[in-house]
Amino acid sequence: MNGAVRETWSPASEADQMVLKELRETVGACMQCGTCTASCPNWHAMDITPRAMWRMIQFGMLDRILESKTFWMCSACYMCTLRCPRGLKLTSAMAGLKRLAGVEGSRSARRNQAFYAAFMDDVEAHGRVQETSMMQRYFIKSRDPMLPLSFLPLGVRMIGKGKVHLPGKGRGDVLRPMFAKAREMEGLS
Amino acid sequence: MKYAYYPGCSLTESACEFDVSTRLVMERLGCELIEIPDWTCCGASAAEPVSRLMNYALPARNLAIVEQEMDGLDVLAPCSACYLNLLKVNREVVGDRRLHGRVNEVLAASGLHYRGEVRVRHLLDVLKNDVGAKIVEQKITDGLQGMKVAPYYGCQILRPYPVFDEPGRPVSMEPFIEAMGGEVYRFDMSNRCCGASLMMGHPEVAIRSVAEILNDAAGADAIVTVCPLCQMNLEAYQAKARKAGGQSVPVLYLTQLLGLAMGLDEKDVQLAANLTMTPAVRRGIADRAWAVPAPGDEDETAGLNG
Repeated sequence: MNGAVRETWSPASEADQMVLKELRETVGACMQCGTCTASCPNWHAMDITPRAMWRMIQFGMLDRILESKTFWMCSACYMCTLRCPRGLKLTSAMAGLKRLAGVEGSRSARRNQAFYAAFMDDVEAHGRVQETSMMQRYFIKSRDPMLPLSFLPLGVRMIGKGKVHLPGKGRGDVLRPMFAKAREMEGLS
Repeated sequence: MKYAYYPGCSLTESACEFDVSTRLVMERLGCELIEIPDWTCCGASAAEPVSRLMNYALPARNLAIVEQEMDGLDVLAPCSACYLNLLKVNREVVGDRRLHGRVNEVLAASGLHYRGEVRVRHLLDVLKNDVGAKIVEQKITDGLQGMKVAPYYGCQILRPYPVFDEPGRPVSMEPFIEAMGGEVYRFDMSNRCCGASLMMGHPEVAIRSVAEILNDAAGADAIVTVCPLCQMNLEAYQAKARKAGGQSVPVLYLTQLLGLAMGLDEKDVQLAANLTMTPAVRRGIADRAWAVPAPGDEDETAGLNG
């Protein structure tokens, strides 16, 4: 199958092509043995197996990949990376797929990306993560009014244990220059 | 022995008992922990899904500070995610000229530069290879009396870079449990993922993992952990895990248990801060395992032990 045919399956934007190129390099040597799928603790929640996902990356089937929820179910346990007989960085590939979906920015991607984005926003704002302000950011980004309620009982227990700290200034703006530089270099807004 | 201590964000927030007990225990074991000045977040597992460059630059910033200002001491990280992110800089950035250059370009925005000469160690690595169970055994004053302890290793201290333990069947905590006078409760899921940050976006998936892990460890008096997120997931969601068919097991940090066995009291290691350590659970464990022998017994057995 030649390159031209593959492209027609999933015409991708320039930004997508960049991440896709990285991903193709990461999983290009996959020989479809399926050890990753057999090693995954979250396989039951995935709609496409990790093994099939690598094949779809090799083929550049971008639209089908982005419809899937498989990569959002990766909890970065690195069992597949450890066991891959080809030594591929598969957990990093899952993170790459999360970035790719983030660039694409569909509604479901925004919801699934909400926690990571809230975490990083808090790091940028305070230098260190402050759990109360990070969770507030997460609740706002998720746009799900039921979400704060589901964490309420745990929040109350944690207050009782003295585990909840009021957000402060933290380390202030110490990381902002690095974040700005990385954005410029990665071409993300 | 001196280490550049990187507590990480969790240990300054909800996992303060891990920070307190780590500092106390390491001090008693003759290790000096010097906190890295002005350390910042490592990005945990949230950076990589957002920015590949920041995933490396955030931990690299801390290593650069150690390299420049702390004479390149070994970094000691008690948190699994901090440990792996810091280690990844040495394994994946240093040696890749293009990526190393790009990461240093980001660091330069804060006037920093990382050459790649700082060694990254997890708490358990230091305990095993620098301290050793023999030294720990000499410090034990309140033995665990055969308490059954299930060591839970989690993921990121073992994988993808096995440095100090066997990733498929980890054993590095066992000599310490035995040194404390405890009985090792081996279980298959000791290296199985707790669900990590899936607990935020897809709790139903993570709860299933937690329930399976708790069930596998259910014969133990307690589970010990060496990661704030493992600890949080295993203990904070036990009510939900029970609904998913899991059983309740008390969970505490290895360093808290070490502290108790070394004669520190429950307040010192902030045992009350653990979500599973309710007064009833503590009494239950004390009755079964930490039974303080009557004063008379101690004299009789002193000769045998000595």
